Amino acid sequence: MLSNTGNILLLTNIFLGIFIIYFSFQNLKDNKAFISKKIYQLCLLQSTIIIISFLTLIIAFVISDFSIVTVYQNSHSLKPFFYKVSGSWGNHEGSLLLWIIILTIFSFFFLLYNKDHPKNYRIYTLIIQNILILGFLSFLFFNSNPFSLILPIPKEGLGLNPILQDPALAIHPPLLYIGFVGASIYFSAAMASLLVDYSGKRFAQSIKNWVLFSWSFQTLGILAGSIWAYYELGWGGFWFWDPVENASLLPWFAMTALLHSLIVLEKRNLLYFWVIILCLLTFILSVTGTFLVRSGILNSVHTFASDPTRGVYILMFLSLMIFFSVMLLFNKFKSRNYVLNSNSKETFILINNWFMIFYLITVLLGTIYPIFTEVLTNHKVSVGPPFYNAVIIPIVGLFLFFMSTGPRVKWIKNNFYNLNLLLKILLGSILINFFITYVFDSYSLISNFIIISALFLIISSSIDLYQLFTIRKLNLSRVVSHLAFGFLILFIGLNYNFSLEKDFNLKLGEQRIFKDYSLEFKDLQLQDFKNYKAVIGEFKIKNKTNNLEDTLYPEIRIYMKPSTITYEASIKTSLLKDYYITMSNIDRSDYYNIKFQKKPFMIWIWISVIFISIGGFLSLFKNEKKNY
Amino acid sequence: MKKKIIKSFIVLLLIFIIGVFFIGLNNSTIYDTKSLVGQKLVNIELDHFNKKKKITEGDFNTNNFTLINFWASWCGPCRQEHPFLIKLKEENNLKLLGVNFKDQKKNALKFLNEFGNPYDVLAKDQLGKSSVNFGIYGIPESILLNKDLVVIKKFIGPISLSDYGYIKDIINK
Repeated sequence: MLSNTGNILLLTNIFLGIFIIYFSFQNLKDNKAFISKKIYQLCLLQSTIIIISFLTLIIAFVISDFSIVTVYQNSHSLKPFFYKVSGSWGNHEGSLLLWIIILTIFSFFFLLYNKDHPKNYRIYTLIIQNILILGFLSFLFFNSNPFSLILPIPKEGLGLNPILQDPALAIHPPLLYIGFVGASIYFSAAMASLLVDYSGKRFAQSIKNWVLFSWSFQTLGILAGSIWAYYELGWGGFWFWDPVENASLLPWFAMTALLHSLIVLEKRNLLYFWVIILCLLTFILSVTGTFLVRSGILNSVHTFASDPTRGVYILMFLSLMIFFSVMLLFNKFKSRNYVLNSNSKETFILINNWFMIFYLITVLLGTIYPIFTEVLTNHKVSVGPPFYNAVIIPIVGLFLFFMSTGPRVKWIKNNFYNLNLLLKILLGSILINFFITYVFDSYSLISNFIIISALFLIISSSIDLYQLFTIRKLNLSRVVSHLAFGFLILFIGLNYNFSLEKDFNLKLGEQRIFKDYSLEFKDLQLQDFKNYKAVIGEFKIKNKTNNLEDTLYPEIRIYMKPSTITYEASIKTSLLKDYYITMSNIDRSDYYNIKFQKKPFMIWIWISVIFISIGGFLSLFKNEKKNY
Repeated sequence: MKKKIIKSFIVLLLIFIIGVFFIGLNNSTIYDTKSLVGQKLVNIELDHFNKKKKITEGDFNTNNFTLINFWASWCGPCRQEHPFLIKLKEENNLKLLGVNFKDQKKNALKFLNEFGNPYDVLAKDQLGKSSVNFGIYGIPESILLNKDLVVIKKFIGPISLSDYGYIKDIINK
């Protein structure tokens, strides 16, 4: 029943897409200045129906309708309600449907919110966006149909992979999709802009908020994924340079570059083609990431079950997208000569873009390099954190320096460098850094460099923040994002350098003593939960310097459906540090393998990222206020 | 002219990348190490655990059968399979080559003291790079070789009772 409903809704949407494209072309021909009401209605209907079809899938998950393959494979009747719902997008088919919803809704809202822009530009954007929608819809319908039936109907589902049953991961795909699928709208807009020669300041204004919106969500989406990895994967890290993580980071770099160069286009009417390239690149990278993750061409800890036909389809679609955007770009490209003063805001924004592109290429190379070596030389390699750390970390310091000074520079031509102030800030940073190394009693050259440059950005952004309240000429959203970014790097640096990690075996009742801490294995209990059993350990951590005690409860969970053992870390978060314990059993032995970690300032890493994206949202609200 | 060259270069680059992706798709990329079965291992080179020397094919092509076992002290399932390895040590027909994977020497020695040392030869792979050549993607894993260094079977995960029986059957045939 639900299967039929879902299929009919999807099919209706395919036809709606075709109608919208057809009527849009018709509408272009007439001489009226406005877009016909029919198109608005069709778009509204399109959005409504795709949402209803998604609700149908959610209902199928909630009532555990195992006649639908997707539900059978990814759900179980005993699963908590919350994870039944989130299970609907925790798989390939459902998440692809979510992807299409975002394409559709963005298409409708772009049409709705850009009424002061020319008709042909808006119509072409709509047409291109609908071609994208049609492409993905037919992929969904013919290849990855979430409503496919299974006969005979199974009595029980296979269950959702337990490590995916986590609140952070439940919100992770929607956030991330708003980010990088949202990028589709400025892909379409950029194509339309090339087609109808709608360039310059006005074009920048038409896409600015969409870039900000998707960028802010992309940031939050990456954060949710990272938090999930920290809590759930049980290794105590929060970023692993895994291909899937990289796939979400690549469009983020492109978006960040775009966000900055758009300002130049809006204020100075420069860099138009560069902005277009970034618009196209962002969405192309999003689709490339999806291809890499979904096709199974790369192995990763969290690849969805892979199916080569999927890969072929996405790759064909990707090739077409690249082909048409490159052709159009080559066709319309005019090289424009402009001279930028080296001491001007434009130049500094360009420098930001170079850095972003450098990071992008580094991560892209690292991600796809294994595919190339395997195809060309038949060697399997894996590119891991050492590569990224070696290439990226030394550059970060320089990047932060430009990030601190850039925003103070004026448009067109800056008259003076405030060298005195910069030197003072630098001196301050170095002093604070020495204080930090003194307190933590550890030293490494590169970490000092990173911490100093992060402090440099923090101090100069703080001065901006202070001036914001006195002079009120500065941009609050920028200050917030930059300040938060400074803190992010600082806390990552501190966390990376001053973490404590101990790995050992312990028996119930035993105690282990370290330099500043002691750890006691106090108790072990077996408990039954709704969909799993758990062996729960009780550990007492005593900090010898201040005599504070904490108790942690790491678990070994035994899930019934699918039968899996997971090791749940127990994490005690406080403002200054996280304690992190994982416990795993050792067969035929009373001993348990314990991994104990102390990670300073963990929570501040998350908070910094939240503030980076708050900066984006602030800017969005400010633009909205200006417009109305 | 210059523009044309740049354009053609970009197009060729894109075609190249997409082409590689296409070929890559058709390669089976799920680490299906079963394809290793029947292949002859060549150019083996591993660091010796204690001594400053390399372990190569020459070190075990005189054995009738060799079991290469990848393990680490931090790996729980390795403890599970360890008793079977100890038992296999008694077999005359089989030599065991242990590869200590991404481990600290101190912990590894402690592990062997505690549970016994089943290995005739012990190698180390502290960076986990040499193991990649054997198609290892997680530990424990073991590879059973015959006299000609051809892979007879690959065991992913800990050696179980049935794996133990299987190995015994093969080497005593």
